[in-house]
Amino acid sequence: MIPDVTCKQIQPSRKMSPTQWDLPPELCCRPMAFVALTGLDVVYNAIHRAIWDAFCANRRADRVPISFKVLPGDHEYPKCRTKRTSYEWYIPKGILKTGWMNKHLNLVPALVVLFYELDWDESQWKEKQSECATKVEIVRTSLQGRNTKVAVVLIQKKTPLPPGEDVSLFVLPHTDHLVGYIIRLENAFYEHAQTYYYTEIRRVKSHKEFLNKTTHQLLFVRHQFKIAFFSELKQDTQNALKYYRTAYTLIHELRAHETNMLEIKTMAGFINYKICRLCFQHNTPLDAIAQFRKHIDLCKKKIGSAELAFEHTAWMSKQFQSFGDLFDEAIKLGLTAIQTQNPGFYYQQAAYYAQERKQQATHLCIDPPDPEKEKGGILALQVKEREVLHSELIIALLSNAVAQFKKYKCPRMKSHLMVQMGEEYYYAKDYTKALKLLDYVMCDYRTERWWTLLTSILATALKCSYLMAQIKDYITYSLELVGRASTLRDDQKSRIEKNLIKVLMNEVPEPEPDCDVAAVKAAHSLWSDRVALAGNNEFTIEVQDYVPFIQCKAKFLFPSFHVDNPVQLHVYLRADCPHPVRFSKLCVSLSNQDYNQYCVVEEPCQTKDILEPSAQENMCLVPGKTRKYTFKFVARTEDVGKKIEITAVDLMLGNENGRCVFVNWRGGGGDAASSHEALQATRSFKRRGRFLEQHVDWDTVSIQASTMVISRVPRMSVQLHHEPPALNNEIYCMMVTIQSHEDTVAKDVKLTAGLKPGQDANLTQTTHVTLTSSEMGDDSHPALLPDISIGDLQPGQKVEKPLYIRCVTTGSRIFLFHVSYAVNTTVQNKDIMCKCHKDETVTIETVVPFEVALKFVSTKFENQDRVYVDIPFLLMTDILSASPWPLHLVSSQIQLVSTMTAVDQPQSQVEQVILQTGECASECFCLRCPPIINGTSSVASGQYVISWKRKSACENVPVIHTVVTLPHVIVESIPLYVHAELPSFGRVRESLPVKYHIQNRTGLVQDVEMSVEPSDAFMFSGLKQVRLRILPGTEQEMLYNFYPLMAGYQSLPSLNINLLRFPGISSQLLRRFLPSRIFVKPQGRQVDDASIAAA
Amino acid sequence: MAVCIAVIAKENYPLYIRSVPTENELKFHYTVHTSLDVVEEKISAVGKALVDQRELYLGLLYPTEDYKVYGYVTNSKVKFVIVVDSSNTSLRDNEIRSMFRKLHNSFTDVMCNPFYNPGDPIQSKAFDGMVSAMMVQAC
Repeated sequence: MIPDVTCKQIQPSRKMSPTQWDLPPELCCRPMAFVALTGLDVVYNAIHRAIWDAFCANRRADRVPISFKVLPGDHEYPKCRTKRTSYEWYIPKGILKTGWMNKHLNLVPALVVLFYELDWDESQWKEKQSECATKVEIVRTSLQGRNTKVAVVLIQKKTPLPPGEDVSLFVLPHTDHLVGYIIRLENAFYEHAQTYYYTEIRRVKSHKEFLNKTTHQLLFVRHQFKIAFFSELKQDTQNALKYYRTAYTLIHELRAHETNMLEIKTMAGFINYKICRLCFQHNTPLDAIAQFRKHIDLCKKKIGSAELAFEHTAWMSKQFQSFGDLFDEAIKLGLTAIQTQNPGFYYQQAAYYAQERKQQATHLCIDPPDPEKEKGGILALQVKEREVLHSELIIALLSNAVAQFKKYKCPRMKSHLMVQMGEEYYYAKDYTKALKLLDYVMCDYRTERWWTLLTSILATALKCSYLMAQIKDYITYSLELVGRASTLRDDQKSRIEKNLIKVLMNEVPEPEPDCDVAAVKAAHSLWSDRVALAGNNEFTIEVQDYVPFIQCKAKFLFPSFHVDNPVQLHVYLRADCPHPVRFSKLCVSLSNQDYNQYCVVEEPCQTKDILEPSAQENMCLVPGKTRKYTFKFVARTEDVGKKIEITAVDLMLGNENGRCVFVNWRGGGGDAASSHEALQATRSFKRRGRFLEQHVDWDTVSIQASTMVISRVPRMSVQLHHEPPALNNEIYCMMVTIQSHEDTVAKDVKLTAGLKPGQDANLTQTTHVTLTSSEMGDDSHPALLPDISIGDLQPGQKVEKPLYIRCVTTGSRIFLFHVSYAVNTTVQNKDIMCKCHKDETVTIETVVPFEVALKFVSTKFENQDRVYVDIPFLLMTDILSASPWPLHLVSSQIQLVSTMTAVDQPQSQVEQVILQTGECASECFCLRCPPIINGTSSVASGQYVISWKRKSACENVPVIHTVVTLPHVIVESIPLYVHAELPSFGRVRESLPVKYHIQNRTGLVQDVEMSVEPSDAFMFSGLKQVRLRILPGTEQEMLYNFYPLMAGYQSLPSLNINLLRFPGISSQLLRRFLPSRIFVKPQGRQVDDASIAAA
Repeated sequence: MAVCIAVIAKENYPLYIRSVPTENELKFHYTVHTSLDVVEEKISAVGKALVDQRELYLGLLYPTEDYKVYGYVTNSKVKFVIVVDSSNTSLRDNEIRSMFRKLHNSFTDVMCNPFYNPGDPIQSKAFDGMVSAMMVQAC
């Protein structure tokens, strides 16, 4: 955790006492007219108390700006000195008297108000009146020579009469509306005060004509300042600003020399402060900034006495600080500052001058007081300057600046100021605070890769940790200062490395350069104590977020390892320090701690030989050389499918006898700088350069902090024999052949077969898998058969397993064949039992085996949209094969419902037919509908069942019954039915007897008109036109003899029938029952015909 | 003439910093580093307000009591910072601009060197020479 160092915390806890450089309060306040109230006993008199409270308590901003003070009636006001009539012989001693501002703010009133209790109807009026007059006289005497006005307020118990003519006499009735009267009163006071200050301005202005430029230079400034100040008291800020500006110009025209330099600067500072303040008040901040810049430019070089140069820097510092305060105050009142123009810059500059002041103080004030050498005064000042707590001043200013820059989005400026604060704390010997600050900002510079700055901060931090004997911090900073991010020279690095080695051997390190002598002495004893202390000498330093002088990269050789191969891990180390460094232990921590024991390099090393070249080279890191450490271990079979991660790499420096430091890298190594270096390396052309095999290029080594343990490669083959695609609903046979290619027995072989999980959920419902074909009766079979035990397989042994799959919907499915087994093997002389598995998947398409088309036709094979009761019709079925494989139609069957009967015994006409792709098998059944109740209705017909299988299917595969529902038909009853009885063919000129049966199917007697139309092809005998009556349920026969005249298909003479009762039943309809044509054979030839004889 | 010239990478780490040898080098490093606050702010402001995108010169970043810090940013977000002495009032904006232009040209030459790996510190004699010519000559 980074400590949250806020500015509040780092501000000095002690409130600083005001110093000579602070601006006086009378300068910084807002000048207000001074009105003295006398005659009020605010302690014992409740009425007076109430009046006083009404004047001064809770004054709102809209009340007139007056500063009230209660004074006793006989108060002695500052004596007014006799006014000079001529300035001729007057030589002023300075620009402004010290107490002048205070005098006019707090001592000399613009108006004195005398409160007196007197009612108009006072019984002792005369006495009271004279007492009041006496009191007025006392005040007047005390104010002799001044223009101060005196006013009298009569406190009365009754409501007043109209005010008198004397403007200076007021009446204050003490009634319910006190505050209202008071406000009226103070407005009147304010007017008097304005007049007073106006006269004062006139009075000062009048002096001007007596002044001359040679001797009265100072007075020019003084008078302008006074006018300006009185204008401020008069609340005339515009004029005040004008006069202050004139005063400011005049002050720089003064003749300056060493003795009055400080006075001029002090006064210039005052006037500048007033101008800036008024500019901010007038909301012209740019004017304020411009004035301040001008002020600084004019005064920067006016250093004055060289021995007292610190006075100048102190003053400069204060100028910046005051301006920063003014600026900040204006912001609080609503001014908007920006990133590049905010109070922070002024505080920062103030801090800079404070730092310079400190340096001058140490340089100038180191000589002991020497009476011969210098004037006592300077020495006294110098001695005094020595006592100033400079660091405290500087830190306070820096802290102010930090707060500002934080506000105005300047993180780097903020960091820089915090570094300066840290350094200042270091000078002030508060090393704990220094370290806290430096440690906090260090990481900003590290992440931004500003190594020069980081090195400088680290060097200071190292000094702090040395002086406090903070071993862990000392080691941490050393690690980084010796490393590659440090910009120290090699000799400096060498010194630090040697110190580090001393600390590792539990010895006291050499002091850091440029440290305070006394502090070094104290530190030395702290270190000695620390060294003597037994135990607590083991440290772990996480270096992931630093740039330590040893770099580490760890990598697994491959992103995954088969469990029967050893896992290989390389750790690369490299030292960037000037001298070789030895370590005593290198260990890698893995996510599975059981493996940690295999990833350790350890060699107990003796205390003294830490610098001697080791016999065992591998424990020594030579600067600039990359060293590789190889680890190998056998993964546990339980870890198959799991990840192994490097959680940390630890490098132990030192030893148990001295001090151990575990340099710890989280994960596979790398530090704050390495990712950028790796990126640069990938861009670099050097990467493509050739290197010797032994020489490892550090930049090209990449970290691989994790690997997977995966199962051993199976040596088992799984083959599938089948004939895709599968046909919908069929029992599809797949032959799975498993063969072992292992050298030893494959134990516990198990097959998981079926629909691969993770597909569309509907597929699970519509796929059924079984091992025995005969079982495939219902839909209860699962889609996947897990862990079918196969037993053990000897090397080379082969097993075949048939699998029956039924898919009840079309579409494609992925089937999985997963063979798992265990086998014993040896890795690195270690026997392990490996679990292996072999997966095979296949995608199978399921298609429709055949299409079935059904239609009802009349006995004349004419399409019909409806059938008639008791009149036979035909059902035609077509089975069109869509299967790429030949289909064996075992049988077919129609199952009729009660509303439909077969005319004959219907027999399958496609039994044992083999259908090739695209072939069609058709059947025809004669059916009839029994009578129905109402005239017309749609009735169900039944089902058509096709029993089939794939032609190639084995004997034991059951037949599949595909059921097709027959369509509904519309059945209609008709009143009259006609059918003809005639031979199948006729012969030319041979009689052709035709008998028409006309049935009355109603319960009524029917009148029928019948006629036969003549035809060209026939002659006929019989009734050409007849009208007859048919009794209910009976039938009438009509016999005709047709005599064909022409051969070929001939239209029969058409029979027209009209039912008189049912005009809707047309002969058209009835004609559909009758044959329309007949085939007429040509006339037969006699055997003894002449033509034959001719042949 | 400049007292410090710096080239800062896109990721805000220094590629090149030279300052007059007479003065405290570290101070200039801090000055350049802190000026990046203003540079970043200006760059982000350009993105928002759609100011002329071709204007690479950022102008005066911020004045300190002793120095003026000017900034310039290339299209690839490499920053140039030039620090001049505040007392050097004769230096005009135009001259600063031309210094930046020269710096940019020389930097482009460095980038064109096939042996230079972008992102590495600049160690070019030609660049060094050009920078020296722009620096205040230390007596």
